[in-house]
This record gives sequence, structure tokens and C-alpha cells, in this order.
Amino acid sequence: MALVSDLDELLEAARTGDRRSLSKLLTLVEEGHNSPLERGTGSSLGITGPPGVGKSSLIGKMIDVWVEREESVAVLAVDPSSPRSGGALLGDRMRMTNADSSDLVFIRSLATRNHPGGLMDCLTPMVDILSECGWKNILIETVGAGQSEIRVVAFADRILLVDGPDRGDIIQAEKAGIMELADLIVINKSDLPEAERAAKAVKSALSVGEDDSTPDVLMVSAHSGEGVEDLVDQLRNTTTSADRELLRVRERLISAWDYALLNSAELDITLQALEKGSITLQEAVDRIRKEV
Amino acid sequence: MIEYRAKCSNRFIEGYHRCRKNDLTMRIVVAKPGLDGHDRGAKVIARALRDGGHEVIYTGLRRTPDEIVRIVIDEDAGAVGLSSLSGAHSVLIPRVCEGLRKSKMDNVIVFAGGIIPEQDRESLYSEGVRAIFGPGTTSTEILEFLSTIEQRSQSGDPVGVGEEAGWHW
Repeated sequence: MALVSDLDELLEAARTGDRRSLSKLLTLVEEGHNSPLERGTGSSLGITGPPGVGKSSLIGKMIDVWVEREESVAVLAVDPSSPRSGGALLGDRMRMTNADSSDLVFIRSLATRNHPGGLMDCLTPMVDILSECGWKNILIETVGAGQSEIRVVAFADRILLVDGPDRGDIIQAEKAGIMELADLIVINKSDLPEAERAAKAVKSALSVGEDDSTPDVLMVSAHSGEGVEDLVDQLRNTTTSADRELLRVRERLISAWDYALLNSAELDITLQALEKGSITLQEAVDRIRKEV
Repeated sequence: MIEYRAKCSNRFIEGYHRCRKNDLTMRIVVAKPGLDGHDRGAKVIARALRDGGHEVIYTGLRRTPDEIVRIVIDEDAGAVGLSSLSGAHSVLIPRVCEGLRKSKMDNVIVFAGGIIPEQDRESLYSEGVRAIFGPGTTSTEILEFLSTIEQRSQSGDPVGVGEEAGWHW
């Protein structure tokens, strides 16, 4: 597509700090244009956890800490699209209340567009662009409720898992495989009485397979701000492990595979054939694999 | 890759048209400017727009005009809906329009809703507000407004806040 020069121009302007150009550039990349930058030059922190656990509020407080330290922060906040209408309600900003008045903060809300792989395909180039334009801390926020969200967060270079007290959700998180991916775990709402117990439960779940790379568990309160500074400090030293890197790459591969499958020209015909019962599932897989 | 996205390639730079299959939909910021704590209406509108296939970014309460302008820029939104029930519409809404024009976001569509008396509307229209929806408006009407906007912009008629005034819903 004949927009290469537009992309380069936008990148040039975005480098000098023009937010509008940066924003337009991200739109173009989101819509499937190739990024003018080499892939994988930027580094990002994925933040995930069950719904309602306080991820956006916590990010809001982390932003405050970074701004106070005069460090810039960019957030890509991912929310699901409605499967019925294709629309989306993106409300993460409303929890990041102080974020819109500082030049050091950039927040972009992204809808998944029911398109596994589609969004993920543009996350990495978006992170690269933000990094190139001088954004120091780059966050990808997503609800960790199911497989497709895990796949989104697997595109980050390091993963912070947020959980809350007394939710019983840690079991769900374990089931979904987020625990294995997390490089650092925080229990939010530490001002609530059950938080301590939740932290213990998480620690004991982790210690079953303990080795050197077991992630730390911290307690924070996005409500009072307690522990948020420590969390931001800790993030600087948090590294990932080879095991987790492998898991992330695996999730990325699976989402790329899904994407290829769903975009396969054979998909509709194969689905119809399956519905009629004229081929078996195995034959369907073989047929699509040949084409992919 | 992603063929269906390519269908709107000629519109990419304008920024406000999104392609999803054959539908053209927008990214729309729904904002509550100023000291106004009533957001039931804004939330209902946000849902209606989502159900109409649009991507809606809801800002939450008590945003300043400058913040709203910044959100529209960062989100690369094509339209912004301003909900006001506090009586400050004649001050806050023009400031958002002004801020958008100053930031060269002339093609952004501004519409408003809430409690805005008839006698205040004309001056808002002349500021570039393209529609004002009061109590009792159906969500269908708002979606119709947006598709009219789409048709108008395709035929090159002014719709954005910085484009020649004269038309409103």
C-alpha cells in the first residue's frame, strides 16, 4: 500500500514528541500496515488479572509514581469487542484519573475486534514505536479471564499478574495458565482484611514447584497507594526466566496459528463439510494444514 | 495480510473511519466535562454506540476540556460526545471545540447531549457542534446521525469541528 512515506513522516514527527502523529501512526499499525521499524526493538510489561481486581486503578497509581519521578509511561489498554455488534466499550481510562493531565503519559485503548492474532500482530510493532518515540515504561493491560487474553499478554516481555483478596480466582488463574507466565505477582486491595491470606495462598501455590525463578509476591493497595512505590522499584529488577520465555513464545505461536486458521480460504468450506458430516475432524485439520 | 482492512486504505489518514468487514464504524470518545456527577445518560449512550458497532472510549467523570482534547488525540477518535447536565455547557463545550481546532483536529465530529436548553443551542452549533440530543432521544436517532455523518463526509461535505459550520442534525 502506498502509505510508506506517510508512515515515515508520521514516525519522524512522533519522534519529536508530536502526540497526534504518534496516535495516527498507532492507528495505521493497528489497521494492518507494516511498521516502519524493525520488529522487537521495544520492551513492554504486560499486566493481567481477573476482572474487577483493580488493574486499571493500580496502573493509575503506578503512573502517578512514574510521573512523580519524571519517567514517561505509555499504556496500551486492551478490552474485548462485543461478539454481536463488533463494537467495544473501552473504559480503562476512567480508572486512571490523573493520567490525562501530564505530558509524560500516553494511553491508547484497544479493542480485540474479535480477531485473535489480529490485534496481537500489531501489539509488538506498537510497543516498538512507543519505545522509539522515547516512552520509557510501556504497559499492556488486559483482563486475564481466558485463553485469548493470555495470548494477548504473552506478547509482552515481562508479565505482572494482579490478584485480589478472597476471590477464589487464583485457582481460576492457575487453571488458565497465567500463574506460570507471571514474572511478578501482586495482591491488590491490601487494605482489605483477607489480602494477607490471599497472598499466602498464592505463595503456597507457587512454592509447590519452587526453584530460583519463582516470582515474588507483593501486596499493594491501589486505593491508598500503599506498596505502589515498592512495586515500581521491584519492576525495575524483575527479570523473566527461560521457562516463562518459552511459555510466552508458545502462546504467541498458538495465536499466530489460530490467526492463520481463521483466515484460511478453506475455512468456510471445511466448516460446512464438518457440519454435514462429510469429513471427519482429522480430515478437516489435514485439509486446512495443507493450505496454511 | 488482513484483506478486509485494506478496503478503507484511502481513508486511513483521516483517521475516523474504521473498517470491520463491510461496516464503517468509528472510534468515539464519550466524555463528561466539568463538575457534573451524573453519568447514567453518558453510559447508556456509550452502550448504544457499542451495540451500533462503534468502539467507544468512556472517559469517566469530571474531565477538563484540555483533558478531553488530549484523550481524543491519544485515542485517535473520529468523534466526541459531550454529556452535560450541570448547566455549564455554554462554557465547557466551546472550550473543547476550540481545543480540538487548536490541536489541528479539525475533522473530529463533536456532538452533545444532556440538559441543554433550546436558547443555548444555536451558539453551540456555530461553534461546530453537529448535534445536540436531549432527553427522550432514541439510540436509533444517534446512530442515524452517525451514519448521516458518514455519508456527508464521503461526499465531501463539512462535518468536523474545524470545518465550515452551517449544517447540523
